[in-house]
Amino acid sequence: MSIDLSQFFQVFFDETEEHLLALETLLLGVDRRAPVGEDLNAIFRAVHSIKGGSATFGFNDMTEVTHVLENLLDRVRKSEIILTEEMINAFLEAGDVLRMQLAFHRGQGSVDPEAVQGIQAKLTALASTVGSAPNFKVAPSIENSSVSVFSGEIRQKVPESVAQDDPGYGFFEPIGEAQSEPDPGYGFFVDLVPSAVTLPVSHPVSVGSGRGLVDLAEPDSPERIFRGRRATDQLGTDSSIRVNVEKVDQLINLAGELVITQAMLAQASEHLEGVRYEHLQKALRQLERNSRDLQEAILSVRMLPISVVFNRFPRLVRDLTTRLGKQVELKILGENTELDKELIEKISDPLTHLIRNSIDHGIEMPEQRHALQKPFLGTVTLNAYHRGGAVVIEVSDDGGGLPRDKILAKAREQGLLCHDAMTDAEVWNLVFEPGFSTADRVTEISGRGVGMDVVKRNIHQMGGRIEIDSTVGLGTRTTIRLPLTLAILDGLLVAVGEQVYVLPLISILESVQLTSENLRTISGDGRLLQVRGEYVPLIVLGEKFPVPGDRSLFPESPPIAVIVEAEGRKVAVCVDALLGQQQVVIKSLETHFRKLVGVSGATILGDGRVALIVDPAPLAHESRFSHTGVA
Amino acid sequence: MMNQNNLTPAVTANEFLVFTLGSEEYGIDILKVQEIRGYESVTRIANTPDFIKGVINLRGEIVPIVDLRVRFHLGDIRYDEFTVVIILHLVGRLVGMVVDGVSDVLTLTPAQIRPVPDFAATLDTHYLMGLGTVDQRMLILVDIERLVKSEDMALIEKTVTE
Repeated sequence: MSIDLSQFFQVFFDETEEHLLALETLLLGVDRRAPVGEDLNAIFRAVHSIKGGSATFGFNDMTEVTHVLENLLDRVRKSEIILTEEMINAFLEAGDVLRMQLAFHRGQGSVDPEAVQGIQAKLTALASTVGSAPNFKVAPSIENSSVSVFSGEIRQKVPESVAQDDPGYGFFEPIGEAQSEPDPGYGFFVDLVPSAVTLPVSHPVSVGSGRGLVDLAEPDSPERIFRGRRATDQLGTDSSIRVNVEKVDQLINLAGELVITQAMLAQASEHLEGVRYEHLQKALRQLERNSRDLQEAILSVRMLPISVVFNRFPRLVRDLTTRLGKQVELKILGENTELDKELIEKISDPLTHLIRNSIDHGIEMPEQRHALQKPFLGTVTLNAYHRGGAVVIEVSDDGGGLPRDKILAKAREQGLLCHDAMTDAEVWNLVFEPGFSTADRVTEISGRGVGMDVVKRNIHQMGGRIEIDSTVGLGTRTTIRLPLTLAILDGLLVAVGEQVYVLPLISILESVQLTSENLRTISGDGRLLQVRGEYVPLIVLGEKFPVPGDRSLFPESPPIAVIVEAEGRKVAVCVDALLGQQQVVIKSLETHFRKLVGVSGATILGDGRVALIVDPAPLAHESRFSHTGVA
Repeated sequence: MMNQNNLTPAVTANEFLVFTLGSEEYGIDILKVQEIRGYESVTRIANTPDFIKGVINLRGEIVPIVDLRVRFHLGDIRYDEFTVVIILHLVGRLVGMVVDGVSDVLTLTPAQIRPVPDFAATLDTHYLMGLGTVDQRMLILVDIERLVKSEDMALIEKTVTE
């Protein structure tokens, strides 16, 4: 019997990645405070699942690492060993090693055998140093009577024998049964806590759906955010299914078609008036509502909460602050804000960069903060929210703010265009110039001058914008505005002869009527548009995209120039008429055709026709070349 | 014979959709055909060869349309209610092909398929699977997949030179 396991690899990869992420989140949640029984169990479960999966699929290297890790975790879980900071670090490191191995099996990157051996040795050493100490090792800490010990205490209340004979992943046992059996009681001992230890806060206990999952909510704890989210995530994954994105896209397609068909029906029945057609009209109105609702619902399937990305950052902050010797707290707000899956994947790198910058350059060293009478603990805040059909993500810190003088000096040094009278906003924009860095020293973390320009480019590629706002001494806030989804674009429909093109609204600055007064020429064929004293190169869309056909569709209306900005350059695009603003569903031309220069995709208009979406970047680029060529 | 190799696919594909271009009859493997529809107005695409008519919306998919009559300089190029578009399904891609008309579906036995003699033609013999004979008719059997994927059709990515 041979089953081709490779077909399941992808599922294993995806699941393992989720487990690793959960592991990391859990480890960071456990950090500093009490090792809550449920947390330890959840960590153990994640590791155990990875071990099981990797063994099934024959990834023995991963099995080995998880095995050692699991052994140690099991003992921590059974309170044979106290969880130390050192162990958490080792666990996190083990997670990294596993991720590396996973990437290797996926065919990306390679495995560093030293790291693998190193972590195995470290884990084994940790297990053996404290290994011999049984339960009573825990006992002394009970005297401290802090929350952190109750799991240890409970261990003593449970019969000794239980520890050996229960594999106890604890998550399938119904609560009632579990309590009546000699069970190490994952999570159930929580009820005992108030009597055993006097706590300042009463612990609300929530019981998960039949899994014996008990979640401790500590209203005053800073970890509350992570913990709360984790609980909802766990419940969320239970009722979700894994669907190929292609299938979702197909649904989006079909829903879009339905909306178009409905529009066609509406158009066809427009002239049918009167009592006789009342039923038809009513049904059509119903159809319109239903199809719009359906389209919206399907589009929302692609949406994921931004917490998927935000969850990665507590670890980053922890690592950075340890390395830099700074004290920083990461605040996460609006993590349930939903964003297109594709954007979620792409926003991670720019955000990582911004957070690094905030911690490395923004937040001052603790003693410096003290001298400035600022709170000892620096704060980096990640905030996400919806505003006006867009998603706004803010990264802010309460650090030193951007040094205006230094930026200007540096810009001059690099030969960038700048002068002292520039507004603050213009000065802050300088940091997005390629090769710009104000860091006094180049650190491992940031300051090599590759970065902010890449961040800006990435955001632009996503159809978004980025802005910096900063006050000296108070901090810096970077605001990123992104479209809700990559599948939909806010566009301006323009006509060139019989053809309809879509210009992305996000790159449009304004529209100007062309007259003989504002049009200038250079050596006959280089055309410039004068807008409030500024000269903008003008290109005629109909000349860039020449198609055979009638051009004189709008003979009486003068041509209109739409001024667009792309890659920092302005260009005026001359069209015959503006037809209106519309949200369009972006379709790829490459699926059945090929990429076209100056076209980023296509869309289907309300009447079922195809319209091309113009990519302003190559136009702006080209205009510059033809312009310099002429001059 | 060199053409023997070109014959092999014809043996497996023995059902052909027959269409006309001008006065000639062509046959293509019926399994490559997704559907046949009337010609509707297309969205023109600038800076492409003239035989690429443009793109249409086929139930939410953006599908390019090529006019084989323009490509092969055949017949009298008119677009009327009789003009037909054959939608081909080729390894995950859809392509629409404008022809003068679709006549029928024929089953050919290997014996009815003759190798293509070498001759100069606008349609490179490289794209032909053979010549089919049914009664007095001659069918030009086209390896449509090879033709559509060929560089000079400019339908596939690598042909982009700009």
